[in-house]
Amino acid sequence: MSPAEGDLADRPVAGATLRVTVDRDACCGAGNCVRTAPEVFDQDDADGLVLLRRAEPPPGSVDAVHRAVELCPSGAIRVT
Amino acid sequence: MTRAVEAELPLWPPVNLARGPFALLDESERDRYVGPVTRVRLPTGHAAWLVTRHADVRQLLRHPGFSSDLTRPGFPLLRPLPPQAPEDVKGSFIRMDGAEHARLRRMLTAEFMIKNVRRIEPLIRQTVDESLTDLAAAGPPADLVSTFALPLPSMVICHLLGVPYADHDFFQSRSRALLDQQTSPEVLRTAVQELRDYIRGLIGAKRAHPDGSEDLLSRLIAERVEPGELDVDELVGMALLLLIAGHETTANMIGLSVLLLTRHPGQFTILRDEPDRAAGVVEELLRYLSIVRTGLFRAATEDAEIGGQLIRAGEGAIVLISLANRDAAVFDDGDDFDPYRQAHQHVAFGFGVHQCIGQPLARAELRIALVELARRFPDLRVAAAPQELRTRDNSIVFGLDALPVTW
Repeated sequence: MSPAEGDLADRPVAGATLRVTVDRDACCGAGNCVRTAPEVFDQDDADGLVLLRRAEPPPGSVDAVHRAVELCPSGAIRVT
Repeated sequence: MTRAVEAELPLWPPVNLARGPFALLDESERDRYVGPVTRVRLPTGHAAWLVTRHADVRQLLRHPGFSSDLTRPGFPLLRPLPPQAPEDVKGSFIRMDGAEHARLRRMLTAEFMIKNVRRIEPLIRQTVDESLTDLAAAGPPADLVSTFALPLPSMVICHLLGVPYADHDFFQSRSRALLDQQTSPEVLRTAVQELRDYIRGLIGAKRAHPDGSEDLLSRLIAERVEPGELDVDELVGMALLLLIAGHETTANMIGLSVLLLTRHPGQFTILRDEPDRAAGVVEELLRYLSIVRTGLFRAATEDAEIGGQLIRAGEGAIVLISLANRDAAVFDDGDDFDPYRQAHQHVAFGFGVHQCIGQPLARAELRIALVELARRFPDLRVAAAPQELRTRDNSIVFGLDALPVTW
């Protein structure tokens, strides 16, 4: 399965609570997630790698989180 | 495939000055190159796979079975590699894979984070203001590339790195040679060595006289080189990469953006009248102009299926981010520039772990440069016929050699 298909398949049904996990080993620090959903993602001052501000984003951030998953160049963000 | 058959393959990249700066391929080229995965011949005589669809481009660039190491068997080369000593390539993490790549990239990642780029926005703004004040004082006509588009990102990256901007003629001429596909192996090697010697000299001087400077080279020397984590030659390669990537790309984006936006005065004034739209316009400019047009180059290290095509270990692949950015499956009427488009899915900065590390800096420079230009020069227009504009068709980074403007 291609990563693009994986992104879509991972999408939960609307209204369900979203849980975000990040993989700092995979992260390349490009910062797309912080640009897309700054209320959920941050970057470490020391190494620039992803930090999670909230593992369960508020309903208003759900679309932005899905977009961040789609834009992440290294596939470092997972939602369940 | 036999060599006789490979000689029949279409040559990549095609040289076609007639199609102008905004069309990626003409109709007959489209038939030859858009496959979605097609076999092409390179100027070096080797064959490679050309990948053009947005989904395939993303899949390949994120696939662990494709290497950026250009010494790998089958790596697609547009020009012969010069004979290289190991110290010629040290620190050039754009050519590395896996842990080796991550080790060096991660020493720089924090530097270009959005929050750190926000801190240097006043510097970008001041540099833009001063350049535009000088431009206004000198009066029309002017060449926008040499007076603004090139000096701006060059000054900013020099300031960040701690490289004297006064040396810009030296490093700009050599970095152009590095990016020119027609540069001979001998000239290429000399240019690389001169640039590396130059940066090694700067590092030597900073080490001999540490003055607590806050520039990136000084900090990497103090935090990484002196404790023994990083070799001087590695730092030389890293700094060289940032110096070249830091000015060539943004400079060419500014020139082409002004040419495009001033063709439709309504589009240029959006930047002045709707500054909140500027970030979105920049994304659409990045998508539409996609200045890395010859593609991104990889060698397969394992068999992989991309776009229905089996690419075998030891074969080369060229990923066309420019065509992916016009893929109808993602962008409606992708060959049209639309300043109101949601262009965020573009891959102009690449994809995968090599995606441009300086993208927040590039976005800030483009937004500030273009908005201020539109605000201070609302009547800016190009003072040359389209056929008089020389494009950099032989460069790995597409752009304009010069852009005569008046106002």
